[in-house]
Amino acid sequence: MVVLGIETSCDDTAASVLARRADGTLEVLSSVVSSQIDLHARYGGVVPEVASRAHIDRIIPVLAEAMREAHVQRGDLDAIAATIGPGLVGSLLVGVSAAKALSLVWGVPFVGVNHLEGHLFAPLLEEQDVAFPLLVLLVSGGHTMLLGMFGPGDYRLMGRTLDDAAGEAFDKVARYLGLGYPGGPVIDRLATEGDLSAIAFPRSMLHDGLDFSFSGLKTSVVNYVRRHPEVAATDVAASFQEAAVDVLVHKARLAASQIGAVGMSLAGGVAANTRLRARWAAAAKADGRRAHLPSLAYCTDNAAMVAAAGLWRLAELGPTPLDCGVDPNLSLAALL
Amino acid sequence: MLIVGIETSSTQVSCALGGPDGVLAASQVNRGQRHAELLSPMIGQLCAAAGVSLDSVNAVAVGVGPGLFTGLRVGLATAKAMAFGLGVPVIGVGSLELVAFPVRFAPCRIVAVTDARRSEVFWARFSGGMDGVEAFGPSQVGSPAELRAELDAELDADGAGAGHLLVGDGALRYREVLAADGVEFANSALAHPSAWALVQVARSRASVSSTVPPQDVHPVYLRQPDAEANWVQRPTSEAPRS
Repeated sequence: MVVLGIETSCDDTAASVLARRADGTLEVLSSVVSSQIDLHARYGGVVPEVASRAHIDRIIPVLAEAMREAHVQRGDLDAIAATIGPGLVGSLLVGVSAAKALSLVWGVPFVGVNHLEGHLFAPLLEEQDVAFPLLVLLVSGGHTMLLGMFGPGDYRLMGRTLDDAAGEAFDKVARYLGLGYPGGPVIDRLATEGDLSAIAFPRSMLHDGLDFSFSGLKTSVVNYVRRHPEVAATDVAASFQEAAVDVLVHKARLAASQIGAVGMSLAGGVAANTRLRARWAAAAKADGRRAHLPSLAYCTDNAAMVAAAGLWRLAELGPTPLDCGVDPNLSLAALL
Repeated sequence: MLIVGIETSSTQVSCALGGPDGVLAASQVNRGQRHAELLSPMIGQLCAAAGVSLDSVNAVAVGVGPGLFTGLRVGLATAKAMAFGLGVPVIGVGSLELVAFPVRFAPCRIVAVTDARRSEVFWARFSGGMDGVEAFGPSQVGSPAELRAELDAELDADGAGAGHLLVGDGALRYREVLAADGVEFANSALAHPSAWALVQVARSRASVSSTVPPQDVHPVYLRQPDAEANWVQRPTSEAPRS
């Protein structure tokens, strides 16, 4: 079974070819991502119309490259999977329209994938023996949630942010400090040279259930820098990052113990943060759980995860009709 | 020669199949903004009704705008991927030309005028003939008053010339602004660019090296993204806080 996955929900145009072998193992034959960061950087965030235009220009070269790298021809593909939401409507429409057209001309099934479920499949792309239940922290510029994964398709939402996503807080702090966009990588880099205990930023809602709040942390960073303009950006970055990571790891451990998780996995763009990865691995070890840290390429938006989720959906629930639309506000609740 | 035509740059979704002797089948729906939901199933149904297999398609034709951005991109993405999947070329045709095509026999100048939203219209001027229409002047976007001024200037220069036939949903929407002596309006049945016209235009181009690989057909927007326009117009003194 060979599946072509397409992901265009935000500012990455991505396509991937994924094979499931006879013994059930998954093999990523190619995973191509064309990032638009350079186009959006000067605006300090993703501009929907700019993103849609780039997707329409890039979709065919990205598809062609994914098939070339995987050494597959059009007759070799058994299904087409594409992200149908959540995301930017104009961006989603490009990938979904292309996927439906390929399904039509190749006579193979189309399957629509929830982007968030795609992220949950990231750990399964590189490890064949993932044991459940798995606690997953999905953390990105758009989402921050704790999920219990009891197997593919069997999820429990345990906690989520009540305001900003963690990645959004990184972007906003970086913008305030004049560090540019996107904020995650630059704060990560600066933090390695700073003192993570220099400033005691608040750990919001630390002992208050499994939900998160990051907007207060962002505000307190802004207020602190306003009052102490002489402060070193490295110390602000390290202390801010530590406060965010503290809360994320603390609540993940709590959630993991609640479901008796065998393993703990990171997913989403903020999972690329080196401090979060280090603390995650240490926490899992201390608690006797297996740490799953997908490669950076599978943490950030990619189409391999979409192909994997699509492959499972297709086998369990069958194809998606071609008259389905996209849903920019699609929630994980639809899957629970 | 079998051509699939896709035109979704207006509120209307349309597709058609063109054979060697003309239009084999055509379908259009103008009901809500449901381009992505409607288009692929429509193409499948059209092929089934016409008894045509997609494998036998030689080229995919697509209306490239100007038009409503979201619908336009649904058509472009579908056409590009179909052509890529079939290994056939794409024929891109301007959507204003497709609005003008059905009135090509009019004994006067043709102005295709479509609704660009935001109180503006897209327009282009054409002269008609047996084989189709030929553009003179570029495709433009602007207020109906700007178009009116352009037409007035031309009517003045021509004196009691042959006049203008205005066709398209933009002409009908802004009829009160655009109406003048020497200006006629085509009826609402011709208000949108159609795939029916597209496959006829594309048929004559399929043989004359107007075809391109699917990655090389691009939408015609005529407008920058708002963010880009604002960026260019931003005060140069603006600097990020640090």
